[in-house]
Amino acid sequence: MRDSDKNDLLYRAAPPQVLCVVPLDTFTAIYHRASGITHLVAPPVPEILTALGTAGSTLDQLIARLGDEYDLLDGDVAALAARLDELAAAGLVSTI
Amino acid sequence: MARVVSDGWLLARILRAPGEAATLDAGGWTALLAIARAEQMIGTLAWRLQGTAMPPAVARILGDARASHDHGRTLALWEAEAARRALAPLGLRVVLLKGTAFVAAGLMAGQGRSIGDLDILVPHAHLDAVEHALLAAGWEWVKPDLYDDAYYRRWMHELPPLIHRDRDRMIDVHHTILPLTARITPDAAALLANAMPLRDGVAMLSRTDVIVHAAAHLFADGDLAGGMRNLWDVHCLLREFGVEGLVERAEHHGLADAVGRAIRLAAALYGDGATLSPGDRLCLRRVTARDGWGRATRPFTRLGFYIRSHWLRMPPAMLTRHLWTKWRGAGRG
Amino acid sequence: MRIGPVGFRVGSDWRTPVRQLEMLYAGYPKPEDDVPDFTVRLFAARPWRRVIRPAVMLGGDFVLPDAAPLPLAQGLLAAEMAMNLQMALGQRHYLLLHASAVERDGRVLLMTGESGSGKSTLAALLSRAGWRFMGDEFALIDPATGLVHAFPRLVSLKNAAIDVVEAALPGARFGPLLEGTPKGAIRHLVPGAAAVAAMDTPGTPALLLFPRFGFAPDVRPVAPGEVFVRLTQASTNYVALGERGFDALTQLVRSIPAHAIDYPDTTTALAQVEALWRAL
Repeated sequence: MRDSDKNDLLYRAAPPQVLCVVPLDTFTAIYHRASGITHLVAPPVPEILTALGTAGSTLDQLIARLGDEYDLLDGDVAALAARLDELAAAGLVSTI
Repeated sequence: MARVVSDGWLLARILRAPGEAATLDAGGWTALLAIARAEQMIGTLAWRLQGTAMPPAVARILGDARASHDHGRTLALWEAEAARRALAPLGLRVVLLKGTAFVAAGLMAGQGRSIGDLDILVPHAHLDAVEHALLAAGWEWVKPDLYDDAYYRRWMHELPPLIHRDRDRMIDVHHTILPLTARITPDAAALLANAMPLRDGVAMLSRTDVIVHAAAHLFADGDLAGGMRNLWDVHCLLREFGVEGLVERAEHHGLADAVGRAIRLAAALYGDGATLSPGDRLCLRRVTARDGWGRATRPFTRLGFYIRSHWLRMPPAMLTRHLWTKWRGAGRG
Repeated sequence: MRIGPVGFRVGSDWRTPVRQLEMLYAGYPKPEDDVPDFTVRLFAARPWRRVIRPAVMLGGDFVLPDAAPLPLAQGLLAAEMAMNLQMALGQRHYLLLHASAVERDGRVLLMTGESGSGKSTLAALLSRAGWRFMGDEFALIDPATGLVHAFPRLVSLKNAAIDVVEAALPGARFGPLLEGTPKGAIRHLVPGAAAVAAMDTPGTPALLLFPRFGFAPDVRPVAPGEVFVRLTQASTNYVALGERGFDALTQLVRSIPAHAIDYPDTTTALAQVEALWRAL
């Protein structure tokens, strides 16, 4: 898939009825109802999920939002895309 | 007080007529639960007995069994989804078999059913591609020894077992429903061609094929272990789908005898009864060989079936060689 | 017999282990409605193994396929292990934590750690220092209420701990001394009458400790994230309970303080415990 195609992909977080999110301290515990799997995640994953929301955003929109709302400035688009793919494989994020 | 029979028939009787549970005393309930657990059917029992009067302790135990089943169902459906994602790039849909198919389709046979591994059917021609796709998606071999692997690939109806490295769940990839060494060769291509879609990328066997498979699995794939659960599957599938076209389809696959026997045994155990041949009676004896403590009983009947099942799967010369090598390899008393 | 909310029945190919269980669990009630939750079977692998070099295989509703048998002399241990196995593999109502639990004023102290950390020994000693003994192997958390339910089985004491507890608890009832087990010497302590009488009364969890025996004294707080991970490792049925397990565990982790305590001897440990309890 070409980079420009990837940039058009809409990522959205799984809706609240699928994810049960409980912040603990630095770590956040997430129960994924569809798979029965518990995920323990660290920043910026909870922030990514909140920023994506169920409305969905593209890669660029997500980076912008993370920078504005959370002060998370990481210009590495490829790394972010890779993390999003991992989250998609686990079912926490879906792509349209 | 009449002596309650404490073998598989106790479980069958209650599943057939849940109202009869009212006559059980504490000892009867205890035996029933132990037998159900031993046959992997406590979830099924819990579903069947919903609404029936029972002591509070039993209600608690069965309530937990239902919750267990619900969770197992979630895990099984997620495995199916994971397989779908892995095979989608190959243009292959996942044809579900056994328990996972029943719950995915919301069938009676799936209510309360315990599900262990994910079983799927794929075309023989695509076996290598499927193997590679699954390995790439995180499944690994459950390391068998060298002899088993060669035997498996050459003669069996499925790939050697794979387990997912993160989720720790097994997947059995079938390319037909009976081993290649068996004397009967069902039409695998027809099974795939007639599979009915459940949702995008996911399917299950047709209404007649699913019953043929349940019968084949019971008689030819094992030593009738798990027979009570398997026959309950057959009973539920018959109730749900009926017998229209079943005999013709069974004959097409060469499994008319197996299907006929499955129908009779299921009716005898769970339905309205049937006229049984001596061979049928022996099978039933084997299938109900469980005591009130959940122990497997009737060892000689069971041994007879173990040897018979292997005989069905391979020609006698191969059988001797296989058992000899296995025995040497096992090294256990 | 019934232990806390869980009923067991034990069948055996030999009379001795059953007799020992009957003696040691003499004060315990029968299972609710006379229908046990779990069946345990102690059996001989082959008919002649009942008599010749008798070896006890562990069986029941839930089994581990490759489990090694124990000699008949350790039949009591086999029964206890088999009961643990039923709980570990089959318990679906309560979240199981591999922890000891003692209660005071309705609030519960939980202690969790590996074998040898001292959680059993400390629980036994605290039961003589004004605490009610709730269990040493499993703490049962009810996902609906968050309360800890007692599961007071025989306390399994190993090696050096046997002498320590025998000395500290004169007049307590013990099972036979079992030597040469896979874990060394084992002796079972019978929970006191007060523990058995109160076993149907749950408690509110209040403090979680991770004890470590044989280190210079130290007390450190443990953050919720780490506690969560360690408790999932200490639970045999967390995954099987699904969302209820998740809710119960996150609730527990967020509501009570947790500390790691290192101690060189039990006197130090008991002092550490009392200090932390007072500070709540």
